[in-house]
Amino acid sequence: MGKKQAGTGPLSRRPDNSAFKQQRLPAWSPSLTPQTVLPTFYILSLVCLLLGIWLLITVEYTYELKVDYTDAGTCEQCFNLRKHAIDSSTPCKCTVSFHVPKTFPGDVFFYYGLRNFHQNLRRYMDSRDDAQMVGRKNNLKAPSSYCAPFDYDANGKPIAPCGAVANSMFNDSLTVMYNPTDGSKIQVPLYRKGIAWYTDKNVKFRNPPTNNTFSLQQAFEGTTRPLYWQRPVYELDDIDSNNNGFINDDLIVWMREAAFPNFKKLYGVLNRAQGPFTEGLPAGNYTLSINYNFPVEPFRGRKELVISMVTWFGGQNYFLPIAYLVTSGLILVTAVVLTTVFVKVGKKGKNMEE
Amino acid sequence: SCCLFLYFISSEERHLRANDREFNLSFKYANNAIKTSKYNVFTFLPLNLFEQFQRLANAYFVFLLILQLIPQISSLSWFTTVVPLLLVLSITLAKDLSDDITRHKNDNHVNNRKVEVLINGELKSEKWMNVQVGDIVKLENNEFVTADLLLLSSSEPLNLIYIETAELDGLVSNRFIKYSISILYISGEVRCEPPNNRLDKFTGTLTMRGETFALDNERILLRGCTLRNTEWCFGLVVFGGPDTKLMQNSGKSVFKRTSIDHLMNVLVMFIFGFLAFMCTILSIGNAIWEYQEGNSFITFLPRADGANASLSAFLTFWSYVIILNTVVPISLYVSVEILRLGNSYFIDWDRKMYHVKSDTPAQARTTTLNEELGQIKYIFSDKTGTLTQNIMTFNRCSINGKSYGEVVDFAGQRVEVTEKTEKIDFSWNSLADSKFCFHDHKLVEAVKSGSPEVRAFFRLLALCHTVMAEEKTEGELFYQAQSPDEGALVTAARNFGFVFRSRTPETISLVEMGVPTTYELLAVLDFNNVRKRMSVIVRSPEGKLTLFCKGADTIIYERLHPSSSKLMEVTTEHLNEYAGEGLRTLALAYKDLDEDEFEKWKERHHEASTSLEDREAKLDTIYEEIEKDLLLLGASAVEDKLQDGVPQTIEQLAKADIKIWVLTGDKQETAENIGYSCNMLREEMKEIFIVAANTAEEVREELKSRLLGKKSQVVEDEKVDGEYGLVINGHSLAFALQKDMQLELLRTACMCQAVICCRVTPLQKAQVVELVKKHKKAVTLAIGDGANDVSMIKTAHIGVGISGQEGMQAVLSSDFSFAQFRYLQRLLLVHGRWSYLRMCKFLRYFFYKNFTFTFVHFWYGFFCGFSAQTVYDEWFITLYNLVYTALPVIGLSIFDQDVNDRWSFQYPQLYAPGQLNQYFSKMAFARILLHSCYSSLVLFFIPWAAMCDTVRDDGKDIADYQSFALLAQTCLLIAVSVQMGLDTYYWTAVNQFFLWGSLSVYFAVTFTMYSNGMYLIFTSSFPFIGTARNSLNQPNVWLTIFLTTILCILPVVAKRFLFIQLKPTINDKVRQAKAVPPPLPRKFPRRRISTRRSGYAFSHARGYGDLVTSGRFLRIPVKSRPALFPHTDTMHTETLDNKITY
Repeated sequence: MGKKQAGTGPLSRRPDNSAFKQQRLPAWSPSLTPQTVLPTFYILSLVCLLLGIWLLITVEYTYELKVDYTDAGTCEQCFNLRKHAIDSSTPCKCTVSFHVPKTFPGDVFFYYGLRNFHQNLRRYMDSRDDAQMVGRKNNLKAPSSYCAPFDYDANGKPIAPCGAVANSMFNDSLTVMYNPTDGSKIQVPLYRKGIAWYTDKNVKFRNPPTNNTFSLQQAFEGTTRPLYWQRPVYELDDIDSNNNGFINDDLIVWMREAAFPNFKKLYGVLNRAQGPFTEGLPAGNYTLSINYNFPVEPFRGRKELVISMVTWFGGQNYFLPIAYLVTSGLILVTAVVLTTVFVKVGKKGKNMEE
Repeated sequence: SCCLFLYFISSEERHLRANDREFNLSFKYANNAIKTSKYNVFTFLPLNLFEQFQRLANAYFVFLLILQLIPQISSLSWFTTVVPLLLVLSITLAKDLSDDITRHKNDNHVNNRKVEVLINGELKSEKWMNVQVGDIVKLENNEFVTADLLLLSSSEPLNLIYIETAELDGLVSNRFIKYSISILYISGEVRCEPPNNRLDKFTGTLTMRGETFALDNERILLRGCTLRNTEWCFGLVVFGGPDTKLMQNSGKSVFKRTSIDHLMNVLVMFIFGFLAFMCTILSIGNAIWEYQEGNSFITFLPRADGANASLSAFLTFWSYVIILNTVVPISLYVSVEILRLGNSYFIDWDRKMYHVKSDTPAQARTTTLNEELGQIKYIFSDKTGTLTQNIMTFNRCSINGKSYGEVVDFAGQRVEVTEKTEKIDFSWNSLADSKFCFHDHKLVEAVKSGSPEVRAFFRLLALCHTVMAEEKTEGELFYQAQSPDEGALVTAARNFGFVFRSRTPETISLVEMGVPTTYELLAVLDFNNVRKRMSVIVRSPEGKLTLFCKGADTIIYERLHPSSSKLMEVTTEHLNEYAGEGLRTLALAYKDLDEDEFEKWKERHHEASTSLEDREAKLDTIYEEIEKDLLLLGASAVEDKLQDGVPQTIEQLAKADIKIWVLTGDKQETAENIGYSCNMLREEMKEIFIVAANTAEEVREELKSRLLGKKSQVVEDEKVDGEYGLVINGHSLAFALQKDMQLELLRTACMCQAVICCRVTPLQKAQVVELVKKHKKAVTLAIGDGANDVSMIKTAHIGVGISGQEGMQAVLSSDFSFAQFRYLQRLLLVHGRWSYLRMCKFLRYFFYKNFTFTFVHFWYGFFCGFSAQTVYDEWFITLYNLVYTALPVIGLSIFDQDVNDRWSFQYPQLYAPGQLNQYFSKMAFARILLHSCYSSLVLFFIPWAAMCDTVRDDGKDIADYQSFALLAQTCLLIAVSVQMGLDTYYWTAVNQFFLWGSLSVYFAVTFTMYSNGMYLIFTSSFPFIGTARNSLNQPNVWLTIFLTTILCILPVVAKRFLFIQLKPTINDKVRQAKAVPPPLPRKFPRRRISTRRSGYAFSHARGYGDLVTSGRFLRIPVKSRPALFPHTDTMHTETLDNKITY
């Protein structure tokens, strides 16, 4: 290092007397004393216990129901039909009945669940073009190479939306019928919009520019639909024309890839505006009718309908309350052990003698 | 000799003509310009980058970068590697650039110095860089020597010149030259050896006017010296610039690495293996997955043409190499450098290691060894100049049964002599040496009152010696003493009014109490090792013949007249007292001679001195005849001044379980004496082994007898009952260092509390260090101040130079330097300990945070089909080490203190963990691995379980990949930050700022990168838009973060608490105890009173007697060579050991 300070005089090279240079900065040096450690353990144990109980009670009042319709009911035939993905053009409908033992009070959410579907494979996840789906014209016609082999069709036409993710979009349509004891059949009304993140719907996904004279279909002129799709992207929703193109809610939900191979995605939210559903989803028998399109047999997957409620802290989930209760117990046990050790060994201070 | 032989057969022999530039230029010898810089403007970037990529770590990252550019493999974007790599490269680039600019500046400064050169018979001022070989240059007083010069003439009588080997006020050595040539017309031709780095050798010839003279090293003046006390001198440039011995010696310093470095290298290799292992597991997993699941997933994700499960597995292996590369983070090396640099600056800045008197701060010259200062097990110390000041002071004396020199207060109590004690005013004596101090007024009064014994005492001191006086200006005397003891005694006499002024071969001139007096010097009965005394026979102006004798007390006592027996008893008491204080004593006696008796004796003396055979023995007998029936005058006591605080420092270091070996060139008695006075050897030691044998067999016997007697046969075990000391001399050491005896020596030495090796050569010093280094596997430190310590300083793990004393040799080759030995305890017990602690904490934490980070990827592999999908956002991966966790860990490793410096001194035992490698070892590393494994399990599986089947509180998605990535990385960052808090012992504001700042930066950066704007501008780089907003407002996300943090941290707290309670380390104890402020360091008694008789104050070689009487005394044998640079090991001890008392 050998730096010589400038200046002369007898003490010219004397280092500064600053707290920093002399390593005397004022500091707080806590140490693990019994007075701090033991109370911390007890308090944390108590906190975890209270949290656990609170969460558990919350979860106890919420319900979830899963209906696996992969090959249940009349779906076995469709299941076999869809073994070969090539047969996707033949429509197949089936129904599955199920029973809701307790009324789901309040807001009820309908999910479709997939098991063993790896949306989290690296190559799968890379196979999308965000720039295309944010409505950039250039990318619409020239999808990113990441989308290969779902970037151009056999004729060299660009695919919109490109990539494996969009291509494999879940395309069963589900209708749930409520069968009250009087024998009638009431379709459970679902909101099929507003099921995606606000940011996704409004920022991440945008249609190519359109106006009154220039329709969405025209905007997608020159592109073709993904291989496995039955409809082009601008006709995904035949009821609400504003829900078409890249901003289709189902597409957006699908495009938010799941982190794990077993996942559920929001399909719709119970519309409690009328009928027997104002208080929630009444207990009773239901029928699920499915336009069975999505093949799961090839990857040995399962499909299910999940009907669930939410809590203040998120989805209906037993893990957190139980984890907190177990943690609380573990901390308590540790605290007791530590206290015992402290009382037996540490308190006498013998161990601290020189 | 061999060198001479080589010189003659060498075709590279240098041939030059004085003053003949044309002739000399034809050989294309290097001119005097030097270039130490490495780069110029154009070569800097390519050369520096080339050098940097030769480093393994950088090359590894380039390799990763290449992997990332292969689309099939690339699991991370290129920027994750490029950003850190660029940062690292540019930091190093900046550092190298600034270093090189400094070198350029220094080069320019040196090259542009001016010197007068003789060109065409005229002196012209030239820049140094333009000086050519064969030029004749004129140097003036206080000028630096331009190049390696052949001395031609000087302003001083007998063509002597004086040079100083360092810029500091150090050794002024003189050297003389033979030729006085009319330089203006010189046309000599020089043939000499080619450039080399041997500082002690020069061979060549000078041919002039048909005559050929041999040239040797004595006539060469080396670049790097400074001319002193010499008006001017002329020299012929023999070697210029890069060919000079100074430059030939530089740049060959050994590159030292710390044991942690070595361990780190091993660990990095292990980590590479571990990385390969993990990647193999994951790629096998991938092969299986692809085979079982992937095949059925082809519908949704077709493979590339020709790809199958095994190719996919192969590619996955490399993809995982990229993802998991964070186990060998590039920032590790940069951070280690930064914190070492920081800790080095703290050493430079430490006021408590700054020496006020010499205005010398401590200096960390090597910035890469700090933590090893905390692991020292053996210290090898030089004696003179390191433990002692090499200053002898006349301290006490006993004259005619009365002891002088003790300071007492009014109550008659003995008073400690300090800086503030009142000194005697010697202003009545115009010739007095102002630097001399004495505190006892009684002695001055006795001299002034004319007490004959006191006067005789000082007359003896002024006459009986071989000192030479130099009086450049009237009244300014400068003594050239052969040993500092003699100088001290003559100076004492001078101050007390008996001024030795000059001598000729036949006379000695004194000024006795202001009266010039000349004594006729009739004989000098010189000192030697057997006689242990010296005498002079003088005739006073009144014509009285007197023999004055001084020597070791036992020897003098044997030759005393019976009438002195009473005085002898009293004097012996005083001598014992002085010896107990560690002073070096001499007994003084005289005898009046009879003219006839003397004449007879003189004849016999003449006979003996001219006899051809056995002259020494004959002379000794003759001397013996006349040195009898002496009358005792008294005794003198000279203090070999220890450096301040040496005994305390040694005691402290011993408490820290550091073994101190003193390796000195001194004689056994002197070394032992110092051993006692600085507390290494103690009265209460059970036994002190002295090995001083002359043959290999004897040495073996002596060593063995110690061993067998003590029944210790294990090399490792050093526990013996009682304390022992070992003193071994150089002769025995030479045998003991032979291969077959090394281990026995080591065994014996390790049994002993203190080891002193005396009469050792520089090479032996290095061998001893090497021996311990090799067989004890311990960290060694060598401390010294002189050229003779250079080899040991370079050999030891850490070399410390004492600066500001004798020269810069030791400092230049050292790793740390400071002005006083006592600073060593602060360097080791405070700085070393902290550095070690910080480095270990840093490494432990660094590995922990990176392993934890990486293992989460490993676990995720099992859920994503081993597809090398990352768990975190790529930007998080890029910034984790560089931004989010960089500053807190650097703050930790620069500021952390377990206990402050006062406690460190109070409990030197705190030093032990470093010696035992407790804080960072392979075991510790294994524990980190397990800890990381646990943490990563918590950090992956808790969020997994909490998130895999849940949704937001509005029913929307939260189990998506992006939300999970955000959750996992937030959990990780918070957990490692809390862990950091747990590891921090010393929370300064900076630490707080870094920690909280980093967390805030994390959230700020995250929200920024996930914002709409960033997405709309850089769509493909920031796909995580909205993730932070949508998931960080969810209670279950925070509940998960809280849970993972608790589960990561509490086990650690519990474990630490348990260990503190059950098996507290000394460190824990002190930390618990430090609620009470530490007591102030206690004062040590300055000296222990002992009954041991100390060595006599004489030098150990034959005196100057011959010279003094020969009439050639101005031709002093060359005292010192300018040994100012790092020396090679082959240097001879004779040339380097000159600073011990000859």
